[in-house]
Parts: sequence; structure tokens; C-alpha cells
Amino acid sequence: MSKLEAAFKNNKFAITSEIGPPKGVSFEQILKENISLRERVDAINVTDLQSSVMRLGSLAFSKILLDNGIEPVFQLTCRDRNRLALQSDLLSAAVLGIENVLLLTGDHPVLGDHPEAKPVYDLDSVQLLDCAKGLINGVDLCGNKLTGSPKLFLGAVVNPGVETIDLELLKMEKKVKAGAQFFQTQAVYDLSSFERFMKKAITFGVPIMAGIVLLKSANMARYLNDNVAGINVPDGLIKRMQDSKDKVKTSIGIASSLIKELKGNCQGVHIMPIGWDKHVVAVLDQAGL
Amino acid sequence: MIVTKQKSFQDIMEALKNKTNIFIIGCGECATTCKTGGEDEVKLLCAELSKNNKNITGFVIPKAPCVVSQTKRDLSKFRAELERSDCILVMACGLGVQAVIQSKRFNSKVVSGCDTLFAGSMTSLGEFFEFCSSCGECLLNITGGLCPVTRCPKSLLNGPCGGAKDGKCEVDRTKDCVWILIYERLKELGELDNIKSIVKAKNHRKNLRPGVRSLKKEN
Repeated sequence: MSKLEAAFKNNKFAITSEIGPPKGVSFEQILKENISLRERVDAINVTDLQSSVMRLGSLAFSKILLDNGIEPVFQLTCRDRNRLALQSDLLSAAVLGIENVLLLTGDHPVLGDHPEAKPVYDLDSVQLLDCAKGLINGVDLCGNKLTGSPKLFLGAVVNPGVETIDLELLKMEKKVKAGAQFFQTQAVYDLSSFERFMKKAITFGVPIMAGIVLLKSANMARYLNDNVAGINVPDGLIKRMQDSKDKVKTSIGIASSLIKELKGNCQGVHIMPIGWDKHVVAVLDQAGL
Repeated sequence: MIVTKQKSFQDIMEALKNKTNIFIIGCGECATTCKTGGEDEVKLLCAELSKNNKNITGFVIPKAPCVVSQTKRDLSKFRAELERSDCILVMACGLGVQAVIQSKRFNSKVVSGCDTLFAGSMTSLGEFFEFCSSCGECLLNITGGLCPVTRCPKSLLNGPCGGAKDGKCEVDRTKDCVWILIYERLKELGELDNIKSIVKAKNHRKNLRPGVRSLKKEN
């Protein structure tokens, strides 16, 4: 059983961070910044060509983490692989010793740095979860038997702040039915809407990790509000970033207080430092985790 | 209908390079509606080409050039003109162009004057929208008559990606998120249960590209 799965099983407040692999093959710096998290988090997500930007693959970087004593959450999206490749990559992850996987639809290629790429989306995230559950049970999507079935811990994502929350919850319930064993959420800043979301989401009986994105500036906060669905950074926090002489300190302060307030209302937090990997330890320190 | 866009005049001239005597075939259906190969457009093109030293041997606008029998019948009235032509310019969709070639009423080269965009429906404002991608496995009966295969850029079958903002698609903010429209429509119809169970992965054997799909008469 993975450390992450064990944390949920033992009702321990779970902590994950997130790495975006480099655009190139020099990974040592990112790895160095994350080594200090080894004893502090249950696992670290490795994003799969996040924002549809071509970069080092999530499977390879997940293995690098594993070799360095850090448990990975291998992110796998439907954007670039058809059902053969998706299933094969899940088997590959399992033989490399990677158990935690986070299965997503994936950002559309037009939003990334290869906008002329052909989008795949042979499966959607619900179908991929369903298919991964099948692999765990020893059969592929077409019902063919596997020789040895993978041990996987299936994660999914949910966006608790979207306008059409009933529809989001409907899809979340389908993900649970399909086999999701834990959820990580989009960034949360608005505690009251998160609380409303959790009232219903908790009834699905699957652990939920609240997403924490480190704010780097007031402009970034405004950008998130204007462009990313379901994110609502309150004016008070934007003003704190705006007025701050020490953005890093303020950002750490905001993230750690969010975690403290969210702690009683979810089963863990998923921190997305977006390049500020070296500050995650300070966030955890201040949050008392 | 099949939505088309005229190629630029420069591209058409390039395709007609080294050809002098041109016969033009338009389309009385889709290309007329799209204003790319109707009588008005064909006459305008005749005038433009004449100004550029092309000799127009004649033109015809079959009702639907994609129906081979109709094209054969219409072209049979222009035998002499076709014989005098060293190139046939078709102002219709790719189906029209290929049906004209199949009609075997001439031996000259056939050139396409349009780019074929998609199968679309036309709004009352005269705008065209692609609402069906001919996937061979229609889901409209469970999605309230709105197609997620075509209208969601990721063709998601089990609900939205969660990226819509103010009801607009993350990939194209000028378009509505079809999953939100589906949800609202099903709520209205009292049929939300339709989308609560998992829709299985599509069978892409019904929609293989490249490939030739056909529908033949059963014996």
C-alpha cells in the first residue's frame, strides 16, 4: 500500500506537493528543491505536460522521485494518448513501483506551446478511471485477461468553485463510481464555497485533498480570478499581496493560514507551488504540519 | 449541409496554371447557400477569370453535383463545351468535386475552387455551426439533443472538464460550454438521470479516418 493510501486509511491528514518537470533534461535543480520534502509530505505529484506545454514526461520524473525516496503521484492525462497507450502507461507505472496515479482529462493543446497538435481524448477521465479499475481487477478495456494485474491507487480531480457546482458534483460521483479512491481539488481560496461543496462531496465517502496554490503576486491572483474557472481569490488576499514588501513571506503566510482553516474540513491538502518548490517546507512549518 | 469557403482567387489561378479553356461547375444546394458556388458566385468568377486571360467555355449549376446521376445528366447537355475545355473548375465541396470526376463525361483535369470545412447547420442569421461530426454512434437521445462529441473540444462524454467560465468554453471563450447547455436542457426535460450513469468509450471503428464509410442497399 502506498504511503498516501496508508495516510487516508489511518485518518492521518494527508499532504502532497507538486512538481512540474523541466522543459529539457536538466532535472537536478528541481529534484534538489524537493528533496527536503521527503520526510514532510506523503507524496509529490508529477504533472503530465501541464498547460499542454511539451516537457519531460511524468512517468520518467515519477521514477526519479521514487529512486530518491520520494513517493510520486503519477499524473496521466487523456490529451496525448489513446486507450492503448493509457493502459500501457498504467502497467508501466506499476512495474516501476509507482502506485499513486492521478487520472485527468488534460488541458487542450490549443492552450499550450504546440497549439497545432492533434488532440487525442480517446477516453475521458471517467472512462480512464473505469478502465484503470479494470486493470487492477486483471482485465483490460476490451475484457482481455492480464498476466499479473497492477497495484494502483486511483486519484481524480474536482473543481469545487465552479459556477455549475451540481454538474461538477454529478461528474465527481461518476468518478467515484468509476473507481476514484481520492480527490485533489483545484486551488481553494474561498472557504465558504469550499464548505458548501464539502457538505455534498463528503457523502461520496472518498478522501478529498484541498488544493493550495502559492500566490506569487497580486497580478497572479487577478489573473487566476479572470482566467481560471472556479478560482476566486478574495480582494483581501489580493490587497495583502499588493501591499507586501516581502511577497514570499506573505504568500507563505496566506497558504499556511488557508491550510489551518481548511484542515478540519477535508482529509488532506495538495500544495501546488508552481515553481516555488523551495518554499513548501516553510508553508508546512507555519501550518503546523 | 456541407459548409465550404472559396479558395482565394490567387490560389484558384495557381490551380489553373497552364490551362486556358475553363468550364465551371457550381452547386445549387450547399455551395449556393454558402455563397461559394451558386449562380451569382460562378458568374462573378467567370468575369474575373476572363479578365485574367482565361477563356470560359461555359458553366452549369447542377442542383446537387454530389449526386453523380444528376451531374451526368446536366453535363450531357454541354458535350461540345466540355470537349473544348482543358480544365473543369468545380465550385462545390470535396464531394461535389469527386462526384464530377466520377461522372466520366470528360477527360480534362478537374480543379477544386473551394475548401470544404464541415457539415453544419445554418442559423436564421445565416451563420454556420458544426453541430454533428458524423461519428456513427449518435448520443443525442441522451444528451437532450446537443452533441458533446462535436461541440466539446475534447469530445467529453461524461460531463464537463470543469474549465468553463461564465458558461463559456475554456478552449474558445466565444462558445458556450455544451455540457452546461446539456445539463440545463436535461433539467428542463426532467431527464438528468440520462447522464448519471457512465457512458462507455466510443467505438472508433465506426468513425475510422482515413477510411471510406459507405451505406449500401440491403438485399
